[in-house]
Amino acid sequence: MKSRVLNFVEDLRRGAADQYKYVEKALEEAAKKDPKFNIFITLKGEIPENLALSGKLAGVPIAIKDNIVTKDLRTTCASRILENFVPKYSATVVKILEKEGAVIIGKTNMDEFAMGALGTTSAFGPTLNPLDVKLSPGGSSSGSAAAVSSGIVDLALGSDTGGSVRLPAAWTGVFGLKPTYGAVSRFGLISYADSMDQIGPMASTASDLAYLYSIISSFDPLDPTSSGNPWGDKIERIAREEPDYDILRSIKLKVPKELVEHPQADDSIVKEFSRALSKLESEGAEISEISEPSLLKVPQVYYIIAFSEASSNLARFDGVRYGSRVIMPEEVDWDTYYMENRALFGWEVKRRIMLGAFILSKGYYEMYYSMALKARGMIKSKVEQMLSGGGIILTPGSPIPPLPIDYDATDLSRLNAVDAPLMLANLTGLPAITIPVGKRGSIPISIQLIGSLWSEDILLSIAKVTEEIFG
Amino acid sequence: MSSDTDVKIGLEIHVQLTSLKTKLFCSCSSDYRDKPPNTNVCPVCLGLPGSLPVVNQKAIEKALRVAIALNMKIAEKISWARKHYFYPDLPKNYQITQYEGKGVTSIAKEGYLEYHVNGNVKRARIRRINLEEDPGKIVYHTGSMLTSKYSLIDYNRSGIALLEIVTEPDFSSPREVLAFLHELRTLLEYLDIADFKLEGSMRVDVNISLAGGSRVEVKNVGSLSDIEAAIVYEVTRQRSLAEKGVKVEMETRHWDQERKVTVGTRTKESEEDYRYFPDPNLPPVYISPNMLEDLSKTMPELPQTVRKKLVQVYGVSEYLSSVLVSEKKLAEYFEEVMKRTNIDGDRAASIIVNDLVGWVGEERMNQIDKIVPASELAELLELLKSGTITIKIVKEAIPELVSGKRTRELLASKGWIGKVSGHELAEIVDTVLKENANAVTDALNNPKAIQHLVGKVMEATNKRADPKEAFELISKKLEEFKAKVRLQEDR
Repeated sequence: MKSRVLNFVEDLRRGAADQYKYVEKALEEAAKKDPKFNIFITLKGEIPENLALSGKLAGVPIAIKDNIVTKDLRTTCASRILENFVPKYSATVVKILEKEGAVIIGKTNMDEFAMGALGTTSAFGPTLNPLDVKLSPGGSSSGSAAAVSSGIVDLALGSDTGGSVRLPAAWTGVFGLKPTYGAVSRFGLISYADSMDQIGPMASTASDLAYLYSIISSFDPLDPTSSGNPWGDKIERIAREEPDYDILRSIKLKVPKELVEHPQADDSIVKEFSRALSKLESEGAEISEISEPSLLKVPQVYYIIAFSEASSNLARFDGVRYGSRVIMPEEVDWDTYYMENRALFGWEVKRRIMLGAFILSKGYYEMYYSMALKARGMIKSKVEQMLSGGGIILTPGSPIPPLPIDYDATDLSRLNAVDAPLMLANLTGLPAITIPVGKRGSIPISIQLIGSLWSEDILLSIAKVTEEIFG
Repeated sequence: MSSDTDVKIGLEIHVQLTSLKTKLFCSCSSDYRDKPPNTNVCPVCLGLPGSLPVVNQKAIEKALRVAIALNMKIAEKISWARKHYFYPDLPKNYQITQYEGKGVTSIAKEGYLEYHVNGNVKRARIRRINLEEDPGKIVYHTGSMLTSKYSLIDYNRSGIALLEIVTEPDFSSPREVLAFLHELRTLLEYLDIADFKLEGSMRVDVNISLAGGSRVEVKNVGSLSDIEAAIVYEVTRQRSLAEKGVKVEMETRHWDQERKVTVGTRTKESEEDYRYFPDPNLPPVYISPNMLEDLSKTMPELPQTVRKKLVQVYGVSEYLSSVLVSEKKLAEYFEEVMKRTNIDGDRAASIIVNDLVGWVGEERMNQIDKIVPASELAELLELLKSGTITIKIVKEAIPELVSGKRTRELLASKGWIGKVSGHELAEIVDTVLKENANAVTDALNNPKAIQHLVGKVMEATNKRADPKEAFELISKKLEEFKAKVRLQEDR
């Protein structure tokens, strides 16, 4: 499928396009759709002056998740505690995008501090699914997914700590990539769980996804876990060139049956998934079913590690240096001040902080945290075996259809089926991609691929072919 | 207070790595002093949302050098932990530090440092050393927490690299503690870790216990004299409690600098839970044997070595050698001077320590080589050695050199060059004795009064005489007078 972004950039370069046109259109669409779907927390009202004429993304509008800091542009993490926080610096990815001429049109809604799967923990109200307003768009990058899905922008950035790019991509029918840990700088991404957080691109086509990814993946000396880009210009070439059907014959797709035959999985979705597999097989892909029961333990391990890190990362939000205050420190002692102020967090964030603090406390650390680290190592080596020799793990993008927007999020049962295949990539640091493969009524169907470290070139090539096959 | 066998003292010493250019995890300057509040900061050391720490590799290198010098077992991998507590001077509400346990290790452990007390060599065991970040500083506008209506926070210090050195409780008196700290400071200066003339560059937590009692920790004592006073106060306090039959509880106390007493904060019922865990942002740093070998090969000379060298190579006395070595700059200066003169080393050392240092002053010691270039002092000492000038002139000349004069020009302008001695001096002595008949009478009755005559001779020679020679000549003349008088009486 032709990429609108690449076309525009090319036209602009040839002098055949007006550099304001693309952004104007996006802002018009946003003005119409944002009130309907609650996509943006902060939306720029006016087109910035003096738009760049050159740069890989000159004049291209983009939506940014509101946990990525933007200088002089409010960044809230969808939390009351940062309701009025205007950063004094920009994230490395934001600097890269601006250098390439991209135009940030707004900061998108999300689950508070990226904690949630439905987009409903936002202090600014939930984002609705553009495909069906009765449904959740998935979280936590709910606004970024909806911004792309509703056609406001072709490009958006989300963040993915346990599936937060891929689940909303699956539920709104767009492309989403969770990069290899360390491929995209985290400097300026407000931490949820540092050892798993990654910024990921979301896009309306596979080419756009690859193109955006080629720009944001680079080494950053400000991120101690950054490794950079081992592909040179390969990813950009994948974005520009025709799909390479040979890629399907060079890989071995492996479907872990535990991740498909989950008791909570939806039968009709599983059926659609099987149909997609047959189609890929008929195009020459080698697909086999495997079994690895330990994958069902992924969510437990994930939650222990994520909550522990979150309890530590979110300690800094206290209203002393920035953010909102409900009480002045002069009025009370420090302990009271901290407690009153930190009550501004929403219930899901509080739940995770408290569980994390409990896990790290004396006596429980060894019982939970140490064990989780061990289990993480074991799962990593199991998955490495699965991926050796050109293996790629294939799962449904989501084994259940989007949940209703008023779903009771304290009932975790239906989300259990979603968690394991998505969190697997974060626990292991592996790259994973969600690719739409059609619709059943208004319900989007998608597949997820998890590749070995630094295999984004392969994943994106497969995405381009798959897009053609199912397009 | 003498060494009491029932007293146990252990130290936790926090030293700022002031020789680093930048903070421990960001590129802000490590020189935070005298800057307007909150101007030496960035997103990282302010803990702003989204910022990430990047380790200053030089800090690790410096810490490893300390570990080598303290004879420690060095970890194969250096990892970082977060220590959580809520306090407004701590921007992230956790401190990035190192920790022994939970899959995290200190940089090094189990070392020792030898030091001298009353001429005896003692050895203090070092339990561990760590790197960690310094918090910001809370400022009270009235100067006191109790009377201020609000607190101000200055984060300029936030993120400065601190080296924590923890000893075993191997000390039993303030004298031992001070001798150890002097030795440690000297060592750290030689390793180019810290400049201890900077205010707040060393802070010490002192743990003190008496046999039968619990350990009391006195937090954050800033100067050596306060450390001494705090130990004396705390031992006395605990002893009088024990005498009254009151058990000393484990607690943390603060040192009140104004009143010179320790003040209880709150009794530690149970140890605080800091929820340590490995920092997920900072991958462990592996220390290769090659890296350690390179560091060992490029270690600077350590104080012990220099002390020995001054004694053995230059013939400096043990005492003067340890005075020179206690200031790295001074020992270096001494060697620079000795490269340019053949004077006896002990004599040169004595002149530097007893004369020059006094005129330069403690606070300007770091610039001693700029105030009096080694070549200028060497020239003066060389003239002394060759007998061209006298020790008296050397002593007169030093303050002039300190005020910026050059040796040659000074001596010429004062007419100090050329020693008066022998026959020439004897004639001057005769004249002086003739002109000061009263003083001669005094001197005949009281040998101490001879010094007055020596002074007159020095004046008459424009200080170019050797006072010792003048004294001897005068004494001889006086003996002759006495002999004459006795002869007359006999008649």
